[in-house]
Amino acid sequence: MDATAAVEVRGLTKSYRDVHAVAGVDLRIERGEIFALLGPNGAGKTTTVEILEGYRSRDAGSVSILGYDPGKQRQQLKSKIGIVLQSTGVDRYLTVAETIAMYASYYPNPRPADEVIEIVGLAAKRDTRVLKLSGGQQRRLDVAIALAGNPELLFLDEPTTGFDPSARREAWEVVKSLAALGKTVLLTTHYMDEAQYLADRVAVISAGRIVAEGPPATIGDRERASTHIRYRLPDGTSGGEPPADLTGPPDPDGYVNLVPDDLTQALHRLTGWAIERGIRLETLQIVRPSLEDVYLALTDGEPGGGGTDSATAGADGPARRSRTPGRRNSS
Amino acid sequence: MSTTVMTLRQIRYVNKTFWRNPASAFFTFAFPLMFLVIFTSLLGNGTVSIGSLVVKTSTYYVASMAAFAVVTACFNNVAISITFQRENGVLKRTNGTPLPASAFLGARIVHAMLAAVLLVVITVAFGNLAYSAHVPTGLTLLRFVIMLVVGAATFCALGLAITAVIPNADASPAIVNATILPLLFLSGIFIPFGNNTPSWILWIARIFPVKHFADGMQAGFLGTSFHWTDVLIVAVWGVAGLVLAARFFSWEPRA
Repeated sequence: MDATAAVEVRGLTKSYRDVHAVAGVDLRIERGEIFALLGPNGAGKTTTVEILEGYRSRDAGSVSILGYDPGKQRQQLKSKIGIVLQSTGVDRYLTVAETIAMYASYYPNPRPADEVIEIVGLAAKRDTRVLKLSGGQQRRLDVAIALAGNPELLFLDEPTTGFDPSARREAWEVVKSLAALGKTVLLTTHYMDEAQYLADRVAVISAGRIVAEGPPATIGDRERASTHIRYRLPDGTSGGEPPADLTGPPDPDGYVNLVPDDLTQALHRLTGWAIERGIRLETLQIVRPSLEDVYLALTDGEPGGGGTDSATAGADGPARRSRTPGRRNSS
Repeated sequence: MSTTVMTLRQIRYVNKTFWRNPASAFFTFAFPLMFLVIFTSLLGNGTVSIGSLVVKTSTYYVASMAAFAVVTACFNNVAISITFQRENGVLKRTNGTPLPASAFLGARIVHAMLAAVLLVVITVAFGNLAYSAHVPTGLTLLRFVIMLVVGAATFCALGLAITAVIPNADASPAIVNATILPLLFLSGIFIPFGNNTPSWILWIARIFPVKHFADGMQAGFLGTSFHWTDVLIVAVWGVAGLVLAARFFSWEPRA
């Protein structure tokens, strides 16, 4: 039983009238992994996840969640998974502890309510009624409810959409702590930094298809793809041009962008040339494509809705302004 | 874990939320008593003829408002609370847990029925003290209780069924009232039928369950005759409501 993957999906499709919401998705998520399904709004994330959760039927393909088919064995599956939906309420007049105890009572082997409250950091709000919680606290309650049944696998559908940066950080810490409990987590998001920070592996979904998959550091050939050298000669530089293969037409900002075959060698030659002439290349940068670049390239430049808030900055080095795409996986 | 145990547990939580929501508790409980006082104050000194029987208007209203209380506590309450829970995602969330649908909905229904019974007891006690309404005993009481339970269950089932045509929570009080209020009037709940009641109204009253239910309840108080056909017609409506609910009920908010 434990040898099976937590999630195994092959050839999943789902259409609504003429729209192929999910157009052939394959996924494999190992037990204990935090896996992020990253994609812009309308890419098919939620439809895919809701099929896996058992909320929607599928048109074709095979789905195995913890060894169960959510289409046929939904009832058995329900007690093994926890679901945090995109936006769901709870009865507002119950307290945090009552709410968690109520949901826990639906499961055969629940986790003690106080333990769950501790995990999500709501101990101070234990006896507070739900209607008095802040947005971030309600989201933690959502996670707590999903944990109440002590599930093996958690689905988190856009767990931080609409959050301010500090509430997002709070939510992230909760998700990180789930991994420490040995849970498998499948989360959907359209925030690059969220996928990068939380996930062991990421799949990028666009127009109903997985267009890239892998650890955030290497997805879309990110670790190999087109690492750039980027520099600008100081104004009034004399002493001629750098070697011909190390220069080129400057971009609008006056920078020369290079994609060398051998980065080490090219850097050595470029800096050697500059040292010989006493030129200080203080603008020199080595730029790796960010996850955002890879993502934008893979999803045809559709940014995730609202994905530009302040929390995005600083996630991945100095590459923000270079929109040079990584190598494309899809054709 | 049996569904019965889960249902009973769930009732406790439904009960907590019910009483902690001041608006729902107030309207459900205060309305029938308020109407009872208003109607008997306005019209209480007259008499009502039912067939050959003449009864005091105040006594008539005790029976009527008891029936009205059941309709509010069951039909209105179930329809409005379920649409609200559907819209804010409680239903969808619950649908993702192992709690059987029958336990979740069953708890809501049983709770509404218990509230209805409590309301009837209060209304009758109040009617007895304030308007010396007759309290049924013996076989009459038994028949009365059967009608009460069948009626309460039926109005709960119809409340579930009507959620299928309610698009969202904002629309739900309006739709619920627009369906039930005219029917309450057309069933003689607020204004007793006289000898000149138009036949189309009598026909509507004959087709829909409210009048049959009210007649069954009145038999307990007024000494009118009790017809098992009333119970049967009300029960048929209940079954129809259940069938429609089973077919069209949605766990997810409507777009």
